[in-house]
Order: sequence, then structure tokens, then C-alpha cells
Amino acid sequence: MAYSEKVIDHYENPRNVGSMDKSEAGVGTGLVGAPACGDVMKLQIKVEDGIIKDAKFKTFGCGSAIASSSLVTEWIKGKSVDFAQAIKNTEIAEYLSLPPVKIHCSLLAEEAVKAAVADYKSKKAK
Amino acid sequence: MTKSNIKLPIYLDYQATTPMDPRVMEAMIPYFMEKFGNPHSRSHSFGFEAEEAVEKARAQVANLIGADPKEIIFTSGATEANNLAIKGVANFYKAKKNHIITLITEHKCVLDTCRHLEKDGFRVTYLPVQPNGIVDLKLLEDSITDQTSLISIMAVHNEIGVIQPLEEIGKICRKHGVFFHTDMAQGFGKIPIDVEKCNIDLASISGHKIYGPKGIGALYIRRRPRIRLVPIINGGGQERGMRSGTNPTPLIVGLGKAAEIAGQEMEKDMIYARNLHDRLVGAIMKGAKDVYLNGDAKIRWPGNINLSFAYIEGESMILAIKDLAVSSGSACTSASLEPSYVLRALGLDEEMAHTSIRFGIGRFTTEEEIDYATKLILSKIDQLRAMSPLWEMVQEGIDLKTIQWAQH
Repeated sequence: MAYSEKVIDHYENPRNVGSMDKSEAGVGTGLVGAPACGDVMKLQIKVEDGIIKDAKFKTFGCGSAIASSSLVTEWIKGKSVDFAQAIKNTEIAEYLSLPPVKIHCSLLAEEAVKAAVADYKSKKAK
Repeated sequence: MTKSNIKLPIYLDYQATTPMDPRVMEAMIPYFMEKFGNPHSRSHSFGFEAEEAVEKARAQVANLIGADPKEIIFTSGATEANNLAIKGVANFYKAKKNHIITLITEHKCVLDTCRHLEKDGFRVTYLPVQPNGIVDLKLLEDSITDQTSLISIMAVHNEIGVIQPLEEIGKICRKHGVFFHTDMAQGFGKIPIDVEKCNIDLASISGHKIYGPKGIGALYIRRRPRIRLVPIINGGGQERGMRSGTNPTPLIVGLGKAAEIAGQEMEKDMIYARNLHDRLVGAIMKGAKDVYLNGDAKIRWPGNINLSFAYIEGESMILAIKDLAVSSGSACTSASLEPSYVLRALGLDEEMAHTSIRFGIGRFTTEEEIDYATKLILSKIDQLRAMSPLWEMVQEGIDLKTIQWAQH
């Protein structure tokens, strides 16, 4: 698999790897994918006043999956929840020049962000 | 990590192909320009000289498996030999018998050939294997019917290295009057195989898996009792009518020489591969948790090491250890995102099959290279697991089987 330089960069120097305490207020956690499919992403956000102060991820998956999740954490940090929710997988795929067989990795990253936001919102509503 | 005098990347994919042995290259060279004759030319010395070289190579190949030189015909490789053996026998005997038995873990070229025969009206049984990758002999024998013409089971597995019980399979075949074909691409020249002792009727051979050239292989076809087959390639009737086309003398000379060397150095090669196998597997198992060797731990060609690194996706591991030229399975299927059908056949969960990598070692692999590889693998296991949500969950005591995963 020939990867773009951007994928290799994010794969070799992944940004924001790590975990936050799920129970902490303002933290939203998204867990998407399935081990049987070869991709699982966990993405967490910490929100204060509608702004994502911090984002962390852990990914089980190929180079593209790791790069896609690393990239979105970088994109959403310091941005509003609404901005994060609006990120499209096509933007991720385009930025990383993902080959067609790897488009699903960018979709998973989009879903991970949406799942983290949804979790944050449902916690807040309680 | 010190690089010392190691040349990177390190080649650890000896099941995909091997570099040529310099002694093989040397034997081939005269047959490109000086002794370029067509081995089928009967009217001049150029032809005789080439023919002599081809016949010498035929004997070298035959000697290695206890066959008669007349029982060897040259092909373009093991894929062609497998096609010829299976289609050739199936079609020749189809008026009487129309059933073939093989294993679901066979190489793609055997499985695909069988699929084609199914379209032509043949019936094929694809048998499962035991969790160690070895055929269940009772199941095999029970699957034979009076319609079974051929059983095709490979000698040494390309992905997991396990060795099938050829002698026992041969006995079963003989008892029931079924022809026994074995794809020995990964076994020829590596483990002792005697076609008489194992009652093998047809055997496929490859040159480039044993330090010979690419583009050459052979098919052993038993003469007593005589096995008949319908040729796939028609033409001038070379190779006793079973494979037309001009024999590529230099490639054949190379295969012969590679076979001769393999015979002389088999024991040495095997001990060498065994030591490197133990060195790599021992150090990795000692240094990391949750790493598993796929396929039987003992009944195997030690040059093939297929490991599952739980909670680390295989492709990300390959990327992480890019100083090592390895593969996640067969080179023929490495473009696919599907986990290996072979590992799934061993009963591995799909998730575990996604974490597997094949390390292939051979005659030119050094201890220093193995030590470098081991250190690199161990450091990347830690790094990738630190990034793995699955590893984190397991460390927290979560059973991954209890999670409702969204399937894609």
C-alpha cells in the first residue's frame, strides 16, 4: 500500500494519542468500528463553554485509520462542537489523499467525532 | 538501535520468493548466449548440447523426490503445474469419475482451479482443517466416494508452514484408488519427500521458492501405474505431449541446480532455519504478552513463522516495522483487505486474523538480522498497543466479546 506523505507523517507522529476519564464532566467518548473489521477508533473530547479544549484518540487499525483519527483530533481542538460535528469524511480523505480502498477509514473518523459529540450532549442533558 | 553492517530493509518474505543462490546463477549463465540452442532441435550440436542440459536438470529434480527423470515435466511454475495436474486428471477421467477433494486452506491457484472445474460440472469437496492447520485423516477418508478421482493436498503450507501427513494421505488414496496430487511448492527441497514412500501420483514444484529462477517449475507425474492427463497447452508435443512449448534451457538448468544444492544442503538449511525460528519466536514470546504462533508448533517448516499480535492491526504493524520486508499472508492476496482465509480456517476470530504477520526466513537470513528484527518488533508492539483502544479495554478488564460493535 503506497501511502501519501501526510498519512505517513500522522502515522509516525500521531497527534493527541491518549485517554481521558470518561466519567469526568464535559468529556464525551466515541467508540466506533469493530475488531472483526480490523478498525476500532476511540475518540474523546473535553468541552468547555461549547469549545473543544482537548481531544484524544486511540485506534486499532491500519495506517490510514490511525492517520485519519490523528488528523481529526488536530482539526477539532480549539473549535466549537458545531464545527466538529460538521466535519465530513470527504474532507479527511481528500486532505490525506486516501486511496479508494481506504475511504472507510475517513468515514470511521467522522463517525468517531460525531459519536463523541453525541455522548457529550447526552451527558450534558442529564 | 544500532544498524551495524545490516542492510535495510531486511528480507523476511522467503515464502513469497527467494533470492537466487549464486551457484544457480553461475550454472545458468552459459545457456543464455554460448549454449543457446533449442533443446528440441535434433539436427545439430546446439540442440544436443541444450537437450543434454535439460535432461541433466530433469534428473536433478527427480533425484530429490525419489522419482524417475521420465516422470518430470517442466512448466512455467507451480501455478501451471497445479492447473495441469488438477484439470488434466479431472478431464481425462471425467467419463468415469467427477469428484475432487481438497482443503479450504490450499493455495489460491488450487482453489481457483477447482472452482473452474465446478463450473464445468465437477463436484469438489473443500475440507476444513484442524485448528493446527493439519488435515483430519478420518474426515478425508470418509469424504471419498466411488466418484472421487483426485485428492489435492499441499505438502508445506505457504502461509503457516505446517506439514501435512503425506504418507498417511498417500496410503488412504492408494487404498481407495484415488490419485494423490500434492502442491509441494513450499516443501520441495526443504523437507525430505519421497514420492514412492508417500504414494504421490502428481506433485507440483517451483524454482523460485528454492533459490532458483522465477518462471520455471515442474510437475511430477507417476508412470507406474501410469497417470494420464489432458494437456492445457497444445502445440509441438514437447514434454511427452503434456506441455508443449520450447523448454527454457537456462531456467531449467537453474531449477536443476537449485534442486541439487537443496538436496545436498537440506539438513544444514533445516537446522539453520530451526535455530533462527527458535531465536525469533523465543525472544518475542519472552518479551511480549498475547502473541500467538499460528499453525502447529512442531509439525512445520521452521522457515515460516506466522504470528498474531493481539490488539494490533496487521497492516499498521507492517508499516511500523518497515525495515523488515514481511507480509500479512500470501503475496497473491495481499491487495485484499479481507483477513486471511487460511487463518479463518484454523478457527481464528476475524479480529485475531487481522493481527497476523508472516515472517519468512531462509538460507541467507543472518542471526544479526533476526536480532535486529526481534528488537524492532518488540519496541513496536509496545508502541502500537499504547495506541490501541482494544489493548486499553483489555487492561481495564473488559471482555471485548461483551461489547456490541457496530459492524461495517
